[in-house]
Amino acid sequence: MQTINTTLTQSQKSRRYSGQAPFLTIENVSKIYPTPKGPYTVLENINLDVQEGEFICIIGHSGCGKTTLLNMISGFAKPSIGEVRLHGSPITKPGPDRMVVFQGYALLPWLTAFENIYLAVDSVYPNKSEAEKKQIVREHLTLVGLADAAHKKPPQLSGGMKQRVAIARALAIRPEVLILDEPFGALDAITKEELQEELLKIWNDHRCTVLMITHDIDEALFLADRLVMMTNGPAANIGEVLEIPFPRPRDRARIMEDPEFYNLRNYALDYLYNRFAHDDVG
Amino acid sequence: MVAKAGNRNAGMNFSGSMRSFWKKNGEDILLPLVGIVGFLVIWQFLSMVGLTKLPPPSSLLTDKNTRELLFYPFLDRGGLDKGLFWQTLESLKRVALGYSAAAIVGIGVGILVGTQPKVNKALDPLFQFLRMIAPLAWVPITLIALPNVQTAAIFVIFITAVWPILINTTVGVQQIPQDYKNVARVLQISPRKYFFKILIPSALPYIFTGLRIAIGLAWLAIIAAEIVMSGVVGIGFFIWSAYQNNYVSEVILAVIYIGAVGLLLDRLMAFLQRKILPPDMQG
Repeated sequence: MQTINTTLTQSQKSRRYSGQAPFLTIENVSKIYPTPKGPYTVLENINLDVQEGEFICIIGHSGCGKTTLLNMISGFAKPSIGEVRLHGSPITKPGPDRMVVFQGYALLPWLTAFENIYLAVDSVYPNKSEAEKKQIVREHLTLVGLADAAHKKPPQLSGGMKQRVAIARALAIRPEVLILDEPFGALDAITKEELQEELLKIWNDHRCTVLMITHDIDEALFLADRLVMMTNGPAANIGEVLEIPFPRPRDRARIMEDPEFYNLRNYALDYLYNRFAHDDVG
Repeated sequence: MVAKAGNRNAGMNFSGSMRSFWKKNGEDILLPLVGIVGFLVIWQFLSMVGLTKLPPPSSLLTDKNTRELLFYPFLDRGGLDKGLFWQTLESLKRVALGYSAAAIVGIGVGILVGTQPKVNKALDPLFQFLRMIAPLAWVPITLIALPNVQTAAIFVIFITAVWPILINTTVGVQQIPQDYKNVARVLQISPRKYFFKILIPSALPYIFTGLRIAIGLAWLAIIAAEIVMSGVVGIGFFIWSAYQNNYVSEVILAVIYIGAVGLLLDRLMAFLQRKILPPDMQG
């Protein structure tokens, strides 16, 4: 009974956009892995509604099941209990409507940047003419500023360029949900800021729903509409959802001057390092 | 005057570049030469003082029959009496047939086993067992099982060369990074595209490793097979019949052919590997 009660209140909380049917619903989701020592609960009773076009960042200490949560949305993993629904129908397997930008870029090293994107476009739009498909690839390479590097292969590209190709590939197939697993974690600070701004600009123009894992509070505050903060694993849950009220289009310099930015930042830091301090974080 | 000065400059450049070439590669050329010549001198000495019954390397030239074989590799007197070029070519043809069959079956079955864990479980113990059997051990079995000596020889090549190809292909397919498989799943790439754009390129370095090991084994096996299968034109049987007739210097000459061809085959595979694989994937 108690579970149902908390579920209701949480669902009610996240349905602030009243009247609209939820676009993506995560309902009572738990993920339990069987291990030789008995069942291991990674996530317990997760509830979240995401509106269409929302930018959501997920933050939490490593091992709290962020990736598992996204895997259940992309369809690579199934919830042990509960359901993830897109447009009201449960997600059963991966599909191009929920495109993933993988942590390690996952570009095929024997294909050029162009061919990597073309493979995706060709698989998702088999009926389009070759000229159309090529046009889509060129457009998206230009979108991420890589028109000149179209014929380079991933080993010849820097980390930032590879991530751009991966983002271009994801956007080229017009996903309804874009899932990013720590996309900028491995990049240097300057490239990271550049890519954040590009991602935001593209999102402003295309308005797909974005779910992104990050470890960087500043990044989350700059990008997201809402910041989902997880509790620590095992049996992690959504601890709090932080609304980020800055108006769009966002300007980094202006946000940095806003006292609200520091309020939110301190609040999130306090959450992560005091209230849910991880053993291995100093 | 001007032209003359130019010429002299060019001449100096040439001798200068020769000098720098020699400086860079001198040791690479000189030392192997020292090794080979030293080896031949010691062998010559041991034979001349009578420590071994093996004829000295100079017998390649002093022995009349061997000299003829050495200088006229393209001779063809019909039947089994052919020059060493033709003998080697016959053996190479057999190797080509057996090796091609091994490549097709090895890669094909390797992909099947690599993608289907259940098939792998069923067949792996059998493969591990069969691959331990030496080429020579297959000879009597194949001679009984197969209709004629030619087919048997080719089968022995096949069965020797297939295992490294098969096992490496299997591993290559099993080692496809999970990331690539995930990309294929989220994009719902068709099986045909997956095969050509992801599976084959990803497994290719492993397949080539298998192919390169196999070409050496195939060449080893043909010699073994022909030595036992009497009455065929081929370098292996040539050695056997020369030995039977006590033409020992002919055996030595044939052995030099075998070594040279084996080396060439291996280099050829290495060359293909470099040509076909992208530079960053040559493990």
